[in-house]
Amino acid sequence: MIEFRGVTKRFDDGTIAVNGLDLVVEAGTITVFVGPSGCGKTTSLRMVNRMIDPTEGTVLVDGKDVLTVDPPKLRLGIGYVIQQAGLFPHRTVLDNVATVPLLSGWSKAKARSRAAELLELVGLPAELGKRYPVQLSGGQQQRVGVARALAADPPVLLMDEPFSAVDPVVREGLQDELLRLQAELDKTIVFVTHDIDEAVRIGEKVAVFREGGILAQYAPPAELLVRPADDFVASFVGKDRGYRSLSFVDASGVEVLPAETVRAPAASGGWQLLVDAERRPQGWSGPDGTVVPGGSLYEQGGAIRGALDAALSSPSGLGVVVDTDGRFAGVVEAHQVLDVIESHRG
Amino acid sequence: MGDIAKYLGDAGTRSALLTMLLDHIYLSLVPLVISVVLAVVLGLACHRFRWVNTVLVSVSNVLYTIPSLALFVIIPAVIGTSVLAPVNVVIALTLYTTTLLVRPVAEALAAVPDHVRAAATAMGFRPWRRFLTVELPLAVPVLAAGVRVGSVSNISLVSVGALIGTGGLGVLFTDGFRQRYLAPIIVGIVLTMVLALVVDLILVVLRNALTPWTKAGRS
Ligand SMILES: Nc1ncnc2c1ncn2[C@@H]1O[C@H](COP(=O)(O)OP(=O)(O)O)[C@@H](O)[C@H]1O
Ligand SMILES: [Mg+2]
Repeated sequence: MIEFRGVTKRFDDGTIAVNGLDLVVEAGTITVFVGPSGCGKTTSLRMVNRMIDPTEGTVLVDGKDVLTVDPPKLRLGIGYVIQQAGLFPHRTVLDNVATVPLLSGWSKAKARSRAAELLELVGLPAELGKRYPVQLSGGQQQRVGVARALAADPPVLLMDEPFSAVDPVVREGLQDELLRLQAELDKTIVFVTHDIDEAVRIGEKVAVFREGGILAQYAPPAELLVRPADDFVASFVGKDRGYRSLSFVDASGVEVLPAETVRAPAASGGWQLLVDAERRPQGWSGPDGTVVPGGSLYEQGGAIRGALDAALSSPSGLGVVVDTDGRFAGVVEAHQVLDVIESHRG
Repeated sequence: MGDIAKYLGDAGTRSALLTMLLDHIYLSLVPLVISVVLAVVLGLACHRFRWVNTVLVSVSNVLYTIPSLALFVIIPAVIGTSVLAPVNVVIALTLYTTTLLVRPVAEALAAVPDHVRAAATAMGFRPWRRFLTVELPLAVPVLAAGVRVGSVSNISLVSVGALIGTGGLGVLFTDGFRQRYLAPIIVGIVLTMVLALVVDLILVVLRNALTPWTKAGRS
């Protein structure tokens, strides 16, 4: 657990980078600090591993005031990943990853074999270990940065815009990878980004910062999108938040209706769902018996955004609902879905 | 040619040449080694403290305006050594080479990317360890380039020292001119050049061994 208690950072030139920050980062969660550039995210992060010390207030890691710990010792237990990866250009990838274990006094052989394990964990082929950082792509360098930060198995991981410099497609892959790793490793992660989409995607809790180093809102992503605390947060999370927020509203209020299904198309004057022998939807049979491909399917129990997508993309106007095995479970009507969404907003 | 063969045919001459060569190596390379150490220390100081940089720039500008021969003569006056002592040459060349190396070293240290330095700090490196294992190795390519220039310039400047009688291959030139005898002069030139080339070759091999990563970028 990481705790900020009344933390203020005033730099020598008078800049107040962080102003009265009170915040608790729960152990074993990914907490995201998000906000426009210059609002004190990096400064807040660096006060955890004492690369910056607060002017006022206390930062505690596992209940211990960090100011009472010798910085190099403190840092051995806190992984750190930064935007440009910060890899050592003069060391091989394997030796880069082995850095912290070596600093912690492990033998060279043990540190290297641990480093090899880590490369595998972050999905890099073992041969890359012999290369130098310049020989890797940006995305690979970031993976090495993550592997290096995790090498000595620190309970806490600080990540400062780790994926901002890679292109969007690679970035999504890295985000997924991080979520997969976290499911396995259960670290306490503080992740800094200026990208609200990234924040919402990976954060279990999100702290929105505003200019002047003030915490504007600290909440789970769904709450942030559905109930922004003020105009600043509302405009920061963006105009399409209405639609995006649907990812977090559950669809239990939407009634799932029965509907006619057929095994072969027939001109019946109405829309009938075509299913196979396993009752998996195959498309729609139109009023004149022509086969029309179906829209997206909505899996029962998912967020309401999926139900709306299913209803709006269906040629019959009825969203197809399936169970977890992909078998037909019923249909939803678009107007019903919209009613539920409306009632949620109100 | 016959002259040179006759000159080299004498065993006494050959052993004298060997002594001169060894003196020359000693007088040019000892200052080089001392300078590398000094330049790293001063370069670090320049990099950390602005005022050291300012002072060193003025000192080195003044130093370079003094001709080498004059420096060889001024030093004994300043530190009280005998005018003919080889240590004067060692000190003078150390001064020259250090001033040559300090600035590039300071610049190379400044060129270490901030994110690399920040990452090292964040991983728990103490400042000295970070300097010795991260910042200094990254400055080696620049340092090596300076050392190669320094070695060539030292090897040629040691010959100037012979004018005030401090030994080394320069003695061949002073003797040759005095006796109007060409052979020792030619032998002196050839030996000086060969020495400079061999030392340079060794430095290149050393640099390549220390900086395998610089080749990786080009492949
Ligand atoms: N060493 C420093 N000295 C003075 N001002 C600083 C220093 N570091 C950061 N700042 C200022 O503090 C504010 C917050 O910076 P930072 O924490 O880096 O913001 P963010 O990471 O959110 O972009 C900015 O206005 C920045 O200019
Ligand atoms: Mg920042």
